[in-house]
Amino acid sequence: MSKHDIFWRRQSVQRKIKVVLGYSILLILSSIFLIPFLWSLSASLKGLLQVYAIPPVWIPKPFHWDNYVKIFKLLPLLRFFWNTIVITTLSLIGQVFSASLVAYAFARLRWPLRDFFFFILLSTMMLPTQVTLIPQFMLYQYLGWMDTYLPLIVPHFLGISAFSIFLLRQFFKSIPMELEEAARIDGSSFFRTFWMIILPLSKPALATIVILTFIQKWNEFMPPLIYLQTFEKFPISLGINMFKDVYMSLPHYIMATSMVALVPILILFFVAQKYFVKGIMLSGLKG
Amino acid sequence: MNLKVNRLRLKEALSGYLFVSPWLIGFFGLTLGPMLFSLYLGLTRWNFHEPMSAMKFIGLGNYKEIFLHDPLFWKALYNTAYYSFFAIPTGIIFALFLAMLLNQKLRGISVFRTIFYVPALVAGVATVVLWQWILNPDFGVLNGLLKLIGIHGPAWLFDPAWTKPALIIMHLWGVGTTMLIFLAGLQNIPSHLYEVADLDGANGRQKFLHVTLPMLTPTIFFNLVMAIIGAFQVFTVVYILAGDGGPDNSLLFYVLYLYRKAFVEFQMGYASALAWILFAILFGLTLLVFRSSSLWVYYEGEKR
Repeated sequence: MSKHDIFWRRQSVQRKIKVVLGYSILLILSSIFLIPFLWSLSASLKGLLQVYAIPPVWIPKPFHWDNYVKIFKLLPLLRFFWNTIVITTLSLIGQVFSASLVAYAFARLRWPLRDFFFFILLSTMMLPTQVTLIPQFMLYQYLGWMDTYLPLIVPHFLGISAFSIFLLRQFFKSIPMELEEAARIDGSSFFRTFWMIILPLSKPALATIVILTFIQKWNEFMPPLIYLQTFEKFPISLGINMFKDVYMSLPHYIMATSMVALVPILILFFVAQKYFVKGIMLSGLKG
Repeated sequence: MNLKVNRLRLKEALSGYLFVSPWLIGFFGLTLGPMLFSLYLGLTRWNFHEPMSAMKFIGLGNYKEIFLHDPLFWKALYNTAYYSFFAIPTGIIFALFLAMLLNQKLRGISVFRTIFYVPALVAGVATVVLWQWILNPDFGVLNGLLKLIGIHGPAWLFDPAWTKPALIIMHLWGVGTTMLIFLAGLQNIPSHLYEVADLDGANGRQKFLHVTLPMLTPTIFFNLVMAIIGAFQVFTVVYILAGDGGPDNSLLFYVLYLYRKAFVEFQMGYASALAWILFAILFGLTLLVFRSSSLWVYYEGEKR
């Protein structure tokens, strides 16, 4: 065996050790990450006695699948899901619509004070929402919007997310100007150019906005807590919170409810996993 | 000809304002207006259940009271600072570690990526409720597992000394978003830099310190700013776990205190002053990070 062969043999052994080590660490860590979900799934299938077993047991005996039937009777879960879907969908439409229009104006159109307002837009990203929260609350109260979805949705139609606007503006700027100029020479209006040329080319950036907004709205807690009072109007987040307080002594039901609450967003994630991961990665690079 | 150009310019300017008008309305109606009003409210004493005419201008009275006579404010600030001090660095280091593990060329790596990211995706009321049961000192799985290795676990959410460590553990479980952003940053490092390092005979540690870390500083910077903003605005977790502040008020975080002043006690003036103090703190910290960035953030050539 030549010196050369020994060198390569050693290299490949080293690589194998690295692969084994990589997988081991990944396996250990991912098991730890999964424990909360697996444990909760197990707890959600237990009976009352087993939930309170010391030391805790992992395998329910017997499996109480009926827990998942009971919670739907105790709680209008489907209603809560529907409410969450309504709030999320309308907010998404508003966000995409307003952020893209505004971003286009900042990226491509020339109008007085544009750079000044862009600076303002960037500064608002720094502003914690708490500073405007109380006057907004008073404004919505004055407008009679309490206990409606309007305070949760309307801000998204008014470009409330400076980050989305910024992200789209950066993306629009990267689109070659020539494409638009050709359309402009053909006498196409600004809106038509925006709608027919810019938007179709911006699907990756729009997907990012949709995903970030979706995650935010689906998990949102404080705004609905402040603005909604009627039980039937609650999104799922408020529903679980209330259920948790009322049925404190029945943790297996609470666990089952939480597991159910996770299902829709998980399904969506697995269907569109590529977009989710890319979307979040893009948000970091552009920001 | 000139006239035509002028008319086009005018048309473009009008379109510009038309396109940007949703944001302009939002900015004046939902941001600037409320900001000014909040600034004024912070200088008044007013309960939401009183008529507006009962609003009493007291100058800096709220601020004086907050700083001089409000132990709960200091408690909330202490709790938040304590949490931030430990959760931000550990979260960033852990997220970077996970991202580097995921950046290996191994088969099935996307499965692990999913497992590490999902907790962040579903973060909300449901997962907090799960953790509440996991952390239960008697029936929870965490102390159950600790017992297996001979450790008598603490009372977590019932022991003021352990509430915030519990929160930090939950935070580490939910670093998936930061991790993905790091992963994007890692994948953005040009491979020729590593090839050059290899030619120079650099080992793994040297490559990490002299290639990976410097190239990643813009991403670290971004994640750090986001983490600071996030840590100081923690609300859902503490509200769900301890709406009343928890044992010995050890989970009374800043925004929870603000929420209680505003929407439980309805002391709108006082709560507005609290909001501005939070703003000042966040502004100061972010400014500090931005100012320091020229010392440690490396930007490649003409990028940015």
